[in-house]
Amino acid sequence: MEETKFVLTAEARAVIRGYGQIMIEATKLTKDYGEKRAVNDISFTVRPGIVTGFLGPNGSGKSTTMRLILGLDAPTAGDVRVNGKHYRDHASPLHEVGALLEARSVHTGRSAYNHLLALAQTQGIPRRRVNELIDLVGLHEVARKRAGQFSLGMGQRLGIATALLGDPATVMLDEPVNGLDPEGVHWIRNLLKQLAAEGRTVFVSSHLMSEMALTADHLIVIGRGRLIADMSVDEFVQKASGALVRVRSPEATRLRELVLGPHVSVASSESGVIEVEGLTAEQIGEIAASHKIVLHELTPVQASLEEAFMELTRDEVEFKPVESGVTEREELAA
Amino acid sequence: MSNATVSVSIPRLTERGRVTQARVVLSEWTKFVSLRSTRWSLGVGSLLTIAFPILFAVVTASRWSHMSAGDRAGRHPLDIALAGVNVAQLAIAVLGVLVITGEYSTGMIRSSLIAVPKRLPVLWAKLAVFGTVSFVLMIPLVLIAFFASQAILSRHHILQISFGDPGVARSLLGGALFVTLVGIFALGIGSIVRSTAGGIATFAGVFFVLPPLMNVLPTNWNNAISKYLPSDAGRQLFSLHHGAHSLSPLGGGLLMLGYCAVAVAVAAVLLVHRDT
Repeated sequence: MEETKFVLTAEARAVIRGYGQIMIEATKLTKDYGEKRAVNDISFTVRPGIVTGFLGPNGSGKSTTMRLILGLDAPTAGDVRVNGKHYRDHASPLHEVGALLEARSVHTGRSAYNHLLALAQTQGIPRRRVNELIDLVGLHEVARKRAGQFSLGMGQRLGIATALLGDPATVMLDEPVNGLDPEGVHWIRNLLKQLAAEGRTVFVSSHLMSEMALTADHLIVIGRGRLIADMSVDEFVQKASGALVRVRSPEATRLRELVLGPHVSVASSESGVIEVEGLTAEQIGEIAASHKIVLHELTPVQASLEEAFMELTRDEVEFKPVESGVTEREELAA
Repeated sequence: MSNATVSVSIPRLTERGRVTQARVVLSEWTKFVSLRSTRWSLGVGSLLTIAFPILFAVVTASRWSHMSAGDRAGRHPLDIALAGVNVAQLAIAVLGVLVITGEYSTGMIRSSLIAVPKRLPVLWAKLAVFGTVSFVLMIPLVLIAFFASQAILSRHHILQISFGDPGVARSLLGGALFVTLVGIFALGIGSIVRSTAGGIATFAGVFFVLPPLMNVLPTNWNNAISKYLPSDAGRQLFSLHHGAHSLSPLGGGLLMLGYCAVAVAVAAVLLVHRDT
């Protein structure tokens, strides 16, 4: 008997779990702070069932975009909707979006337990849920201590508990691994993947490409407030790497002459090795075979995600510290 | 990449509640009672409300035999009973400012507005919780202050007044109401300026700096303007003497209420429209 395998799409899983239509949709989103344009005409959609990484250098507008999604700041132009509505119009907001902001968002004089309880009470989330989440993030021992005494990592765990309080359809975390120990970082990665596997929309910002490489399936990359890329992690690497092929051959010099052409460039870092850009490994192999050239190695070289990121954002990084006022703004306000 | 090892079990939430004004009030109550600053301010305010009348009653009684007839005539038992109100207002005002600016200085406001993105229910709930607590707390305090000071004075058979005498109940109630309104005004100011230092400074400027500054003006100007200041208008709520240059208890009370309404209205508009 033939075995039939059903594969559920992320959207289907979301509907089954009762989340309905869940996604974040930004349309021509723009935000100015005085003279400074923090977010510049960006449009993107964050889909359920996968981890979407929100990547960009510090001060590139990630936190601002997240504040716009949550309605904390009003956009200068454009529009952003969460699960089909403006965030402000949802009847039970914590059930729609669970957010962890980069900036501190906890009263330092209040205990973790009372912090969570007060937020839970705004939409009738039961007290038992607060205890469940305190256990989940491992804050049981310190739940009655004032949050001002928390370490960076404990504060981050409290932020995660806050984000998951309403069992949200969409989870949005701004730099969640900041300040966490390796164990905590590992925990967050698993958590993100699980949240996505459950059919939720997961949107995670980071300025660390390496972190995104381990967790994200899809990437939205911004620099200086502009959208640079919106594609899968695999596509991102392919697009940014110029299809470099490394060839090792005793007749490397002869092969070099044969492959050179108007769209092909060849570099050599050591004798007997050439790096060809503009031809695939197959094409090079065929050229070598037709001229009976022996090859010892023929390797397509993929740029690392980190290199791809550097390549794409090279022109978008803000070098002048004066202009990177987006993250500083939070410290001023605090 | 999404078929990773699953090691975290996230409990599900079966009920799905909506944000209601009543729920936000409950939330604000939890926030209010879970801070040390609340207990300190209310504790200090309570102590001052009771301690000053007792202190003044003791001092007045012990000095009575040395006082001139004019001095004695200038004493009124209600002034003694409500002596603490003038001091307690500062403690309650500081708490009123802190109720909102504490959220801005710590960043808590972001969590609050993410939970209640329509924003205004948060302000209404803060006013309801803070206003109710202040008033409900002040009522027994002014009564204790009244009966305690009267008990001390009665042992020396001086400055006796009955709770049933005209204006007494109104003045005591007015004292509690005055402190509450001052606190609400301060909360409005705090919400507008969004900083603890700025809020307290603005409040102190309006209530404690502006009135003596009026003395620099020509007397007829001073008389014409001063009675409309929040501090003077509000004080008529518990003041027994209403001269030519002061408003009536009702008029002063309503004007004070008006100042509160304006401060709260400006705070509400700014809360809805400002970035956080």
